[in-house]
Amino acid sequence: MIPYQLVWLIMLLPLFSFIVNGLIVRPFIKPKSRVYGYITVGAIGVSAVLSIWALFSVMSASHHEIPVPDVTWMVLENGVTIHLGLILDSLTAVMLVVVTVVSLMVQIYSLGYMHGDEAGYYRYYTWMSLFTFSMLGLVLSDNLLFTFVFWEMVGLCSYLLIGFWFHRKSAADAAKKAFIVTRIGDFGFLAAILILFFNTGTFDIAALHGLVIAGTLGGTVLMWAAIGIFAGAVGKSAQFPLHVWLPDAMEGPTPVSALIHAATMVAAGVFLVARMFPLFEYSTAALTTVAIIGGFTAIFAATMGLVMNDIKRVLAYSTVSQLGYMMLGLATGGVAVGIFHLFTHAFFKALLFLGSGSVSHSTGTFDMRLMGGLRKTMPWTYATFLIGSLSLAGIWPLAGFWSKDEILISSLANQPVLFWLAMITVFLTAFYMFRAIFMTFHGEYRGGDESGDYKHTHESPLVMVGPLVLLAILAVIAGWWNVAGGFNEVMGAHGHEETRGFFGGLFGAFTHTVQGVPLPLISLLVGLFGIFSAYTIYIKKWITAESLGRVFGPLYTLVSRKYFFDELYENIIVKLALMKGLFTGFTLFDSKGIDGTVDGVSDVVISGGQAIRHAQTGQLQLYGLFIGIGVVIISLCVYFFG
Amino acid sequence: MNLELFIPEITLAVFAILVILLDLFVRDKSWLRLVSLSGLVIAGGVTVAMWGDDSTAIFNNMLAVDNFALFFKLLFAGIAFLVILASTDYVAKFARFQGEYYALILLSTLGMMLMAATTDLISLFVALELTSISLYVLVGFLKDRKSTEASLKYLLLGAIASAVLLYGMALVFGSTGQTQLGAIAQAIQSMSLESVLDSPALLMGIVLLIAGFGFKIAAVPFQMWVPDVYEGAPTPVTAYLSVASKAAGFAIILRVFFSAFGIPEWLSMNWGMIFAALAVISMIIGNVIAIPQTNIKRMLGYSSIAQAGYLMVGLAAIGFAPAIATQGQSTILFFLASYALTNLGAFIAVIAISNKINSDDIADYAGMGKRAPVMALALTLCLISLIGMPPAAGFMAKFYIFSTAVQNDLLWLVVIAVLNSVISAYYYLRVVKVMWYGQPASGEKVPSSGAPRLALFLCCLGVLVLGIIPGLVMRLAELAGKMFAF
Repeated sequence: MIPYQLVWLIMLLPLFSFIVNGLIVRPFIKPKSRVYGYITVGAIGVSAVLSIWALFSVMSASHHEIPVPDVTWMVLENGVTIHLGLILDSLTAVMLVVVTVVSLMVQIYSLGYMHGDEAGYYRYYTWMSLFTFSMLGLVLSDNLLFTFVFWEMVGLCSYLLIGFWFHRKSAADAAKKAFIVTRIGDFGFLAAILILFFNTGTFDIAALHGLVIAGTLGGTVLMWAAIGIFAGAVGKSAQFPLHVWLPDAMEGPTPVSALIHAATMVAAGVFLVARMFPLFEYSTAALTTVAIIGGFTAIFAATMGLVMNDIKRVLAYSTVSQLGYMMLGLATGGVAVGIFHLFTHAFFKALLFLGSGSVSHSTGTFDMRLMGGLRKTMPWTYATFLIGSLSLAGIWPLAGFWSKDEILISSLANQPVLFWLAMITVFLTAFYMFRAIFMTFHGEYRGGDESGDYKHTHESPLVMVGPLVLLAILAVIAGWWNVAGGFNEVMGAHGHEETRGFFGGLFGAFTHTVQGVPLPLISLLVGLFGIFSAYTIYIKKWITAESLGRVFGPLYTLVSRKYFFDELYENIIVKLALMKGLFTGFTLFDSKGIDGTVDGVSDVVISGGQAIRHAQTGQLQLYGLFIGIGVVIISLCVYFFG
Repeated sequence: MNLELFIPEITLAVFAILVILLDLFVRDKSWLRLVSLSGLVIAGGVTVAMWGDDSTAIFNNMLAVDNFALFFKLLFAGIAFLVILASTDYVAKFARFQGEYYALILLSTLGMMLMAATTDLISLFVALELTSISLYVLVGFLKDRKSTEASLKYLLLGAIASAVLLYGMALVFGSTGQTQLGAIAQAIQSMSLESVLDSPALLMGIVLLIAGFGFKIAAVPFQMWVPDVYEGAPTPVTAYLSVASKAAGFAIILRVFFSAFGIPEWLSMNWGMIFAALAVISMIIGNVIAIPQTNIKRMLGYSSIAQAGYLMVGLAAIGFAPAIATQGQSTILFFLASYALTNLGAFIAVIAISNKINSDDIADYAGMGKRAPVMALALTLCLISLIGMPPAAGFMAKFYIFSTAVQNDLLWLVVIAVLNSVISAYYYLRVVKVMWYGQPASGEKVPSSGAPRLALFLCCLGVLVLGIIPGLVMRLAELAGKMFAF
């Protein structure tokens, strides 16, 4: 059993490395020194070990929960006490392992990837430490107030890291876009917190769950609170219609994309819904909203992934799509189903991002049209990327197969329409991932960066390949945890009635039927068909991509321009409705009404100050007189009004 | 009587004499500093050890040893410690009388400790004079024209204030026949409202007491000495005055008005209203006149007047609802602790910078962000705390005081206070702006030595700790406030 002090330490170690990196060692060490990286890796490494210990403790604890004593942070006069407390239940424990392990891999990888960057390691590792701390705080917090604080802090870190190369206009713009778009969702989250607080008087998550289950909190209040929370999740997890920021966020360094925009922060929305799940369970409307938004986002984003030429953007849309999957899983199958996909996805998607970083490290570009044939010069990257893609495509027996399967099963049972969307998404996912693989690693080399020399492409150093291999191993085995229902058991769900044992479960997947349909087998075949389709187009070229483009011309334009969402938001809503309409009115009111008043008031105050200061003559007699006059005036007031 | 309960005061007296004697023999004057600091550490340590649940009266009910007094004793010891640490470089410039400087600081600290503990009008006056006379000398320590003028003004106005105070005490004694605070309270409870209104000597006495104490805490209209004295005095002494002297004034006001005039309610409403009115004009005058100031010491002087205004909002709240006065007191204690750390931090940074550039003009602080980044950062934090912005201590302090006032139906007062906080942001942030965005007069770095840096670090750490984990100090303040909730 892990002592509770060490649970605090999991969260505080990255904070410690943030403080040391950011404030203490900077005057003594050059920004380009690797020491910053070693400090971060060391701190997060210990956190990761503690997190794994915490997970095992939770698995063996009764009720799968370990109590952590509260710290009283603040007492307000009217009896409201705000505790700084932590939850350590199975949901948190799983998230802790995901965050610390992926973060550790990414930090090690970054030692190689960020080598030689003009900005150096200093700023990079400082923000990365702060991000890891905030993310851990978010999953550990036991009350909504601190959840919100950490929620905003991960948003801030995301902003800082997307704009890491802020001298590039595109990066600065992308950072702003991410920050502003997520803020729309955060407004909903904040509103939900306030609704809950004013109706219940508590921020405590466990207490809120209790009130919901007891029926004290229900009806419209509960529905709006749940929808508000989901709005926050939509922003953070880049769900439709707030999905537009995530692809642009790829302007940040690739390890940042792997950690923040694939494995952890974007999954925070899914986590939040899972954490507040009782609120959704007791509000059918909210739960249906989650399912529909999730299911729609899954297929909607996947179609855009089909046509992107930037490998990171393919992965970005894939992430949006998979996050939609998780939402669908949560809404139809409960916490265990959604979080299990979050768990496996974190490993293989981080792996894929780091793999794409490794490719660009060698070729100097992210454009797949300029790549090709890299499997010979980058065998390790190729092998690990292939494993990640197979896992994402849901091929047996890799991690993605198991978690995707659960979502399909539960959506078939609860939301048949969305099930079909999910099934099509399986095909699309397999197709776009293998399109990416074939374009990047197969065929002839098509130039890369300016040098254009195939001989310059090379395998990445060990410090980058090592994390790839470790993540690839996790991308294979992470799903086996639930082969015999182990994960569901820990999360307190009972999906698999029959106990089958490990090998029974591993091979039983082929014969398993749901409502008389061999669903796992079908989804596997659909995935394989997706791969085969990509093979026919991009390797065998039986059908060329160009001819497809001609046939589906208008459709292709629609998808490749991302359904014109950027244009809708930027040109129509922002530039026309807001800038020309609303803001012009505000500006007028601001410059004439408010500024006029403010200037007037400040002029009065300043000239008042100038005038009164003349009373300060330096004359002692006058000072004494003031004391006398003061006493007289006070006495008179007391005499007449007292 | 148990003499052990008097150890902190005895320690300070002994060390003050020791410093003067040592001054005659030792050549290396830094020993004097070390001895003074150790005296304060011992006094502070003993105070901490005495912290407990029971309160005892000593010297025939003249002094109380309770958590309230101990809280202030620790606060004063801490302030004196930081001031001495910060004045290292400053004092080294003096050719002579270094021993006297340290001894006088210790003696005035002793006086303030007595002020916090006093429960009788007689001991109150003695303690007040011990403090004041040491301070008069300290203000004139530079012996130049400005410093001497400041000292003389302070002495003369202080004498007027003492006279007013004594007159007030005489009237209170005349109406009640008592000097001991508890006995005064009992005597007042036996009076009826009509009898007091018929012969308003008691009310007049209270008004005069407020005027006398108002001088100490620099409330308008008894604040006229502040700008001149703050500007003329040696800067470490200014820091000490602005923090310790003010805190001592509030300690004594809380003790006297709560113990002696807390009941009945018509009386407390009366002085509550006076404090509310003084709070309003102090805040407005302090903040408005601070705006055109060009000298940073004068600006901080006016700012300290405004801060006294915020504190008096808390006093007004106590007057309006004596039933929940404990809570009001603890918020004032918290504010004082936070204000002490913040203002000291600001002054220490000013001392360190001004000492090197030989100017107190705000304009000369241009570009300090580049020339002395550590000092500029610390000063920025302290100014932000003075405005009352998170995560600094000032935010929590104002939050606590204002929320107490709101609960006691003083919303109008809080609205004025908040508006004043907005005005104050103008002149505080102007310094910040000049430091970080102004063009430096020269690219030369402004060095600073170890001791002031340590003092500044302690202040900033305190400001952040109080701002982020207010619960720690708030608990102490609550325990201290509880003592005379009879």
